[in-house]
Amino acid sequence: MEQFLQQMASGLANGAIYACVALALVMIFVSTDHINFAQGEMAMFSTYLSWQLMTWGANFWVAFVAAVLLSFVLGVVIERVVLRPLHTAPVLSIVVVFIGLLAICNSVAGAIWSYLLKEFPSPFPKTDFGIPGLIGPHQLGVVVITLLVLTALFVFFRYTPLGLAMRAAAQNPQMARLVGVRVDWMLALGWGLAAAVGAVAGIMVAHIVYLDPNMMGGILLYAFASALVGGISNPGGAVAGGFIVGVLENLVAYLGSQLEKTTGVYIIGNGEKLTVALIIVIFVLTVKPAGLFGRVVVKRV
Amino acid sequence: MKSNRRTFIGGVSAAALVAGNTAAFAQKKYDDGATDKEIKIGNTNPYSGPASAYGVIGKGIEAYWKSVNERGGINGRMVKFVTLDDGYSPPKTVEMTRQLVEQEKVLAMFQTLGTPTNTAIHRYMNQRKVPHLFVATGASKWGKPKDFPWTMGFQPDYHTEAVIYAKHILANVKDPKIAVLMQNDDYGKDYWEGFKEGLGKDANKVVRHVTYEVTDPTVDSQTIQMKDSGANVFFNISIPKFAAQSMRKAAEIGWKPVQYLNNVSAQVSTTMRPAGFENVQGVITAAYIKDPTDKQWDNDDEMKAWRAWMAKYMPAGNTSDVNYVYAHAVSFLMEQTLKKCGDNLTRENVMRQAANHQKLRVPGLLPGITVSTSPTDFYPVQAVRLQRFKGDTWELFGDILAAEST
Repeated sequence: MEQFLQQMASGLANGAIYACVALALVMIFVSTDHINFAQGEMAMFSTYLSWQLMTWGANFWVAFVAAVLLSFVLGVVIERVVLRPLHTAPVLSIVVVFIGLLAICNSVAGAIWSYLLKEFPSPFPKTDFGIPGLIGPHQLGVVVITLLVLTALFVFFRYTPLGLAMRAAAQNPQMARLVGVRVDWMLALGWGLAAAVGAVAGIMVAHIVYLDPNMMGGILLYAFASALVGGISNPGGAVAGGFIVGVLENLVAYLGSQLEKTTGVYIIGNGEKLTVALIIVIFVLTVKPAGLFGRVVVKRV
Repeated sequence: MKSNRRTFIGGVSAAALVAGNTAAFAQKKYDDGATDKEIKIGNTNPYSGPASAYGVIGKGIEAYWKSVNERGGINGRMVKFVTLDDGYSPPKTVEMTRQLVEQEKVLAMFQTLGTPTNTAIHRYMNQRKVPHLFVATGASKWGKPKDFPWTMGFQPDYHTEAVIYAKHILANVKDPKIAVLMQNDDYGKDYWEGFKEGLGKDANKVVRHVTYEVTDPTVDSQTIQMKDSGANVFFNISIPKFAAQSMRKAAEIGWKPVQYLNNVSAQVSTTMRPAGFENVQGVITAAYIKDPTDKQWDNDDEMKAWRAWMAKYMPAGNTSDVNYVYAHAVSFLMEQTLKKCGDNLTRENVMRQAANHQKLRVPGLLPGITVSTSPTDFYPVQAVRLQRFKGDTWELFGDILAAEST
């Protein structure tokens, strides 16, 4: 029983990581209608920015805010400089650009900060926070921050004119332009916001998985799974998807080990965690292509 | 095999004849890649891709040859070091190696990096009869002179290291119940096989064996499973990121086993500090090289010389990266090997000299550890010393240990 509870708690904590990155993926999708493969690497880069500020003496939260703002600006710049000329290009060209961005972010970070593992501080108090033996203070903090970011995004997209304009620009650029939305800038803003959310995710994750240029590689896979399970167009769904995937993978490991104990044969377990996550994605997409919480988009032709 | 050797001897004597005719009195003999003025050595390294963290080894070696050339080269010959990026991708390694051997015509390949990458060119190098020296991997398969007389490893292999831990556990832990965390690939399995061999008939003392994939974000779930097994010994076969995570998690959930950590992750700055010093007290590992982030070597003469060398030839290099110490040490061994070849720079003689080191002291190795090779012993560094983590540094204890991996 103790193991079961610990596995659930650790699954939720991992789920919060996936949810954070999945949120950033959803951000780009909602505001530009693209899936950004470089999202993880951009988040990693932002995390290095905050680390750099901290080694220069900044306090954690100062570095946090500065890195998020810097990432926002960088996101806007990337959209303006790199993606702007490709507005009319086919999707495949854009995918190639994303993969190029991924490689560039990774190598530049490696060249500047080296590939050595770095520790990353946690802003949450070590005592009086979390449940001893079950969930650490930082893990609990990540869950809380994820939910905060989710709420902020929900409010932004639902109730602010700017948020609504951004959604309009992504879903129907022509109509949006006709009613006076500056579509170009909305896309750039979307990139900025996604980069900012990615920065939050990276900074939260780095204490757990440590800081190195490849820290996001595995996480991005799980984040994609989460976003797709929950519904790529729905921030709340992505967060729910993150928690579902996180808990499910630990359940697989837990049940697998129980099964091995009783039968003595290894059937399923740690080696199949990612496989199971991906099978879930395929299953959900077959049964419910828009994801568990996604809305079906009907396009009139 | 026999016919191979015969054709080889034929080739050498033919080469000797030709050489004898052209340069009658000088006792100089050359194969491809060696002249009066130059020795050409080839290398592949992952300067890009997932293993690019190791690319610093290639850069360190390049800097080493630069320093050798500034000192006047080896027996008056300049070393030309040609290193190419294989991105840690085996097919690319094959392509680059063929380019180096067939077009660049290097005398030898040196320090090609990676287990899968070296596996891909293992057969090729031996068919071509080009020295494949001091490869940068800890797998146990590089020291088999009978089957692969042109390939030689460098560092203590994973198999041997794991045997040493197993013996130490059996001798020192009362009623051991062992949990093993293993990376699910060749590197992990090499350790695991050695560990089981070392336990022998006590292999049933392993009560839990869990694996992780490199794509896993964390190993928290695995650590919880190990604790649940009631194990009192933890053998940790993982790379720094996961080693640090698992040791931190063990402390977090209140699991306090005797911990053995593989040498792959023994560096203070990339594993022990990130795991939290308070969580890793008493952890045991085996080491053969000096860790530049370990303060006990701050006043060590060899390390002071290394730091001066770094400042001069690798000023942008990170002096907390043990890979630079490694690059310097292995290049020193290569320099000594080539020096011993004298003016007989044939591939056959390079291999003969590589297999002819007696207790050679290589700067950067731990005190008391030396390099010895012979025609039947292709494992240059075979000894390790155990060390235990105390405070914020490793503390050596016990004798020099060597387990023959044959």
